Amino acid sequence: MEHLLNEEQKTIRDLVRRISEEKIMPARAELDEKEKFPWEIIGILAESDIFRVFIPEAQGGLGGGCLEFCLAMEELSRGCAGVSISYAASALGCHAIVEYGSEEQKNRYLPEIAAGKKLAAFALTEATAGSDAAAIRTTAVKVDGGYLLNGTKQFITNGGVAELYTVIALTDPDKGARGASAFIVEKGTPGFSFGKKEKKMGIRASTTAELIFKDCLVPAANIIGKPGMGFIMAMRLLDGSRPVIGAQAVGIAQSALEAAVDYARQRVQFGQPIINQPVVQDMLAEMAIQTEAARSLVYAAARTVDSGVKNFSQEAAMAKVFASDVAMKVTSDAVQVLGGAGYMRDYPVEKMMRDAKITQIYEGTNQVLRNVIAAELRKPKAK
Amino acid sequence: MKIVVCLKQVPGTTEIKIDSETNNIIRQGIKNIVNPFDTYAVEEGVRLKERHGGEVIALTMGPPQAVDALREAISVGADRAVLLSDPGFAGADTWATAYTLAQAIGRMAPYDLIVCGRQTIDGDTGQVGPELAEMLGLPFIAYVSRVEEIAGGRLRVRRMVEEGYEIMDAPLPAVITVSKEINVPRLPSLRGISKARSAVIPAWDAAAIGAEAAKTGLQGSATRVTRIFFPQWVVQGEILEGEPETQVAELIGRLRESGVL
Repeated sequence: MEHLLNEEQKTIRDLVRRISEEKIMPARAELDEKEKFPWEIIGILAESDIFRVFIPEAQGGLGGGCLEFCLAMEELSRGCAGVSISYAASALGCHAIVEYGSEEQKNRYLPEIAAGKKLAAFALTEATAGSDAAAIRTTAVKVDGGYLLNGTKQFITNGGVAELYTVIALTDPDKGARGASAFIVEKGTPGFSFGKKEKKMGIRASTTAELIFKDCLVPAANIIGKPGMGFIMAMRLLDGSRPVIGAQAVGIAQSALEAAVDYARQRVQFGQPIINQPVVQDMLAEMAIQTEAARSLVYAAARTVDSGVKNFSQEAAMAKVFASDVAMKVTSDAVQVLGGAGYMRDYPVEKMMRDAKITQIYEGTNQVLRNVIAAELRKPKAK
Repeated sequence: MKIVVCLKQVPGTTEIKIDSETNNIIRQGIKNIVNPFDTYAVEEGVRLKERHGGEVIALTMGPPQAVDALREAISVGADRAVLLSDPGFAGADTWATAYTLAQAIGRMAPYDLIVCGRQTIDGDTGQVGPELAEMLGLPFIAYVSRVEEIAGGRLRVRRMVEEGYEIMDAPLPAVITVSKEINVPRLPSLRGISKARSAVIPAWDAAAIGAEAAKTGLQGSATRVTRIFFPQWVVQGEILEGEPETQVAELIGRLRESGVL
């Protein structure tokens, strides 16, 4: 399929593909097995300017849009989804500053994220607030010298390894979601600590941890945008990051498809490679169709985000839902094509199947996102 | 420091085809790469520049498409590059190659260090580095596995020898060839690729470097490749028969005969 990528986009895709094949694929099994954070690979991505893709040029980035980010994400995910989500979480963790931060905040924090010297993280979810994100309980009370944060954030990607956190907390609890604000909190701020590191089914190279705030004083200058806008900003940022999770799912599916085709070519049963079996060909063809369809939808959604339209909730949700469902199906079928071997950890496809599952869950469960799409459909249309 | 790194574009395949007339490699239709040993030279040049300041100039002799190899060097940190290209340079052996490179490097003076890979993967001779040093009248150290120090106009390196390492030092300017133990070459960066793409790379011909036609290319070559062939690799097994005692006696006899015992 010709996706009409320009030179710059092809350069990003080709370089990240090379990093993925030369550096990530050889390391992924061990990273997964040992639940080891991929610091070495993060360093390579930093050296190669991959963290600059999503940062504006004024702060040392390359000013890429959603599509450029998706291309990097897809290729990283072909290597390892645990690595790729650590990368993407850094983008989401500083994206509030990119979109809504003051010039001072941008110049202070973004250059180091662009250089890959520091990672960022985004903290919205709490024990009582998953899909119902408006149910957060973490509070930020105005005091002399800033805001006092109290509460616990759960399941935070890059929790502990990131230096910079965007934290959504209630500045006006009586107003609920409309009383939420976004704060920049730096690691090492007194009163800010990390709870347990989660043991996960997949994306095990990534770190997921609790953030604990106990009378954590954050300067008033660290509030992003206007107080009370935190929830609206968070929803908008998540809309924009959904195609990126779609791209992650496409990368996982592509990798599983390639592994299945390679295996089917080599595996001989009944005197011939199993790829000669029509029943296997049928599965592989279906996997290829689904993967390419997902890619096309993800790229289209990313271009929609980049077009500057005001509302892209529906397109972004569609891309994420479709691609993640495809990744789940394709990885499961890849395990099936490899048969007993596919179920073993000696082959990479069982990991891909475990990794694929999370793409149906995070950044909005596919169920909640179908609600989002349905809500858009129910809106009366202006003629 | 002004560091010149010499590199060569080579066919990126093991299925090399040979021109039966000239016995040279047919380069058409084959994806070319930077000679892998030279990537260590580029990396070391860039690291030394990062440590000591200055600039890295990538230099190659080759057909016009060899400019791709130079762009690759820029994408991983070389500051600029020069292509030596002239129909008269074609068919050069190591001697004529070294002469051509030396003429060009002479035009770049003053320089501090010349870094080459230990050998190429196509010719495999490892001769260009030392010949270049000879022609430039500079000290030469081969198989450098670590640059220990550069200070006071001198260079101290560790080099691999058969049974260990040697520490050597030499006054600058000097020529070194590096082994693959010296570093892990970095991958390109997005900004590096962008710089490489827009870099203006001058092409110097024989006149530009003041090279004598009789000393370059095929006519300047002291050696000729007369034949290239794949060696016949015949492995023949033999099974000895009879009682174990006679088999052993026979085996020992054969081993003595062949000088193994």
